[in-house]
Amino acid sequence: MDTQLEQPDSITGRLQLRRYLRANATQLGIIAVFLVVWLFFIISAPETFLASRIYRAFMSTVPFFAIIAMPLTLAIIAGEIDLSFGSIMAMGMVAFVLVYEPTGNVLLAIVAALATGTVIGLINGIIVVGIGIPSLVATLGTQFFWRGASLVILSGSGAALADARGSGVYQALVGQAIGRIPNQMWWLLLIAIFTWVLLNRTRLGAHIYLIGDNEQSARLMGVNANRTRLVVFAFVGTAAALGGVLASFHTSYFWPSLGEGYLLQTLGAVFLGGTSVFGGVGTILGTFLGSFIIGAIGAAIVAIGLTGFWTELIYGLILVASVAMHSVLQQRINR
Amino acid sequence: MEEQYRLELRNVSKNFGEVQSLRNVNFKLGQNEVVGLLGDNGAGKSTLIKIVTGYHQPSSGEIYFNGERVENLTVPRARELGVETVYQERALAELQTLWRNIFLGRELTNRYGLLRVNEMKRETNRLMTESMGFTSSAVDPEAKIATFSGGEKQGVAIVRALYFEAEIIILDEPTMGLSLKETEKLVKFVRDIREAGKSAIFIDHNIVHVYNVADRIVVLDRGEVAGEFVAEEISLDQLMENMIKIAETGTF
Repeated sequence: MDTQLEQPDSITGRLQLRRYLRANATQLGIIAVFLVVWLFFIISAPETFLASRIYRAFMSTVPFFAIIAMPLTLAIIAGEIDLSFGSIMAMGMVAFVLVYEPTGNVLLAIVAALATGTVIGLINGIIVVGIGIPSLVATLGTQFFWRGASLVILSGSGAALADARGSGVYQALVGQAIGRIPNQMWWLLLIAIFTWVLLNRTRLGAHIYLIGDNEQSARLMGVNANRTRLVVFAFVGTAAALGGVLASFHTSYFWPSLGEGYLLQTLGAVFLGGTSVFGGVGTILGTFLGSFIIGAIGAAIVAIGLTGFWTELIYGLILVASVAMHSVLQQRINR
Repeated sequence: MEEQYRLELRNVSKNFGEVQSLRNVNFKLGQNEVVGLLGDNGAGKSTLIKIVTGYHQPSSGEIYFNGERVENLTVPRARELGVETVYQERALAELQTLWRNIFLGRELTNRYGLLRVNEMKRETNRLMTESMGFTSSAVDPEAKIATFSGGEKQGVAIVRALYFEAEIIILDEPTMGLSLKETEKLVKFVRDIREAGKSAIFIDHNIVHVYNVADRIVVLDRGEVAGEFVAEEISLDQLMENMIKIAETGTF
């Protein structure tokens, strides 16, 4: 007997709305947080947050870490973490400099940077998967190792990239092709869409959720958990190298300390966006919005009139608060 | 000519380091047969199952499917050969949606390698209503498994096994955590498996449940086959007595 057919539309409508809310609770939550924070900024510092200049500034600087936050979201959903991406940014640029200085070929140098990032990411993956060291500890170690390596290889010196400015690749990466929107924003959008498709529309993505949720079950059902992890770590490495290239191009200089200070912002963006620190849960939209909230906070702290000293304190607070909030929310939903 | 078994293990042993979990086990599963597997914790039931599903590789011995020897059996290979397992409810991914769990590890994709999400959701709806008797309004493919009851979870695990047209269905402690009514449903489901011309291995602690559904009962004890009984030739009381003897002496 199917009594459902006789029910008035309003009841099925309400049922569907409830289902929709339930299925998308995390994403709706982050959208709400985004709007509330934004409103708060506008009220606190209207002259800053009602002008278009600040938004161009966000679109200019947020992509550097948001691009890394995308694959990092995958890693955290899979129950892993990568703390070494800041050092991978620097190592990618070391490879860039080593190729660019003798050849003068920007494109080739970028390929070298991305390849280096991918290989380092893969090494992280091999340490975690092959030796079985928890990724938190493994990448804490590789973070220092690669930072040290980048300093040793270039003897701690930076490199000027002003000569590269003339190249088309340079313009394509950090110039302005459409209106006054910085091109790195388009790259971020492209990578966000790519990562979304990977996570939501491929078997790899399905397996990322599964191994983060219940690895034993995933293995029993024939999921190759190790290969999935390797791909994710490699992807974080590639994205970190790209983030490093973009950030260095933006300042026309490679600083050997490149990537330091990105850790808190990037992790903050992922966790604020609703990705569960326990794995199995997380969205790309959440990380995307989380990145811009984190990016706006830095500007807002100054615009509201606090000193820059507050930035780290507030980032740290947001990180802990968002992890706690989402954990509580998650427990509620699942009960 | 020898009778062709759907599945046969010959002299299978499995060691985990020093620990010998299975010792020279011979096990047969006929066409259209339900075999009950009994044994205490640590008797080797799970290890035996995991060898059949390709999760563990035997340390020695041979595995035959339909009379043909299969070497290096992996989980995907076992699935190709028609082995489906209904694990205890813990084998579901709790934080994921119903449809993702149904297609866990075997997601449908189009020729570009992209998931056919809508089709999987539709199929989930169909399977849950047709096979499990849910009303369509009660099924939400987007619902998370964590919100399901124990019986519903078991239902999901069963539907998952059914959908993929298994030849050999393994039920690992399927009645655990089920209500009486849900258990009855499950017993009926196992009988349906046989009716449909398929084979099943039914593992349970509950001797009564096993006796009620199995054609043949294999008792494992400390990694060895300690007894084998045809259900029709033995009463439940006799089976119980033998089980007690096996537990005490390792034989009956």
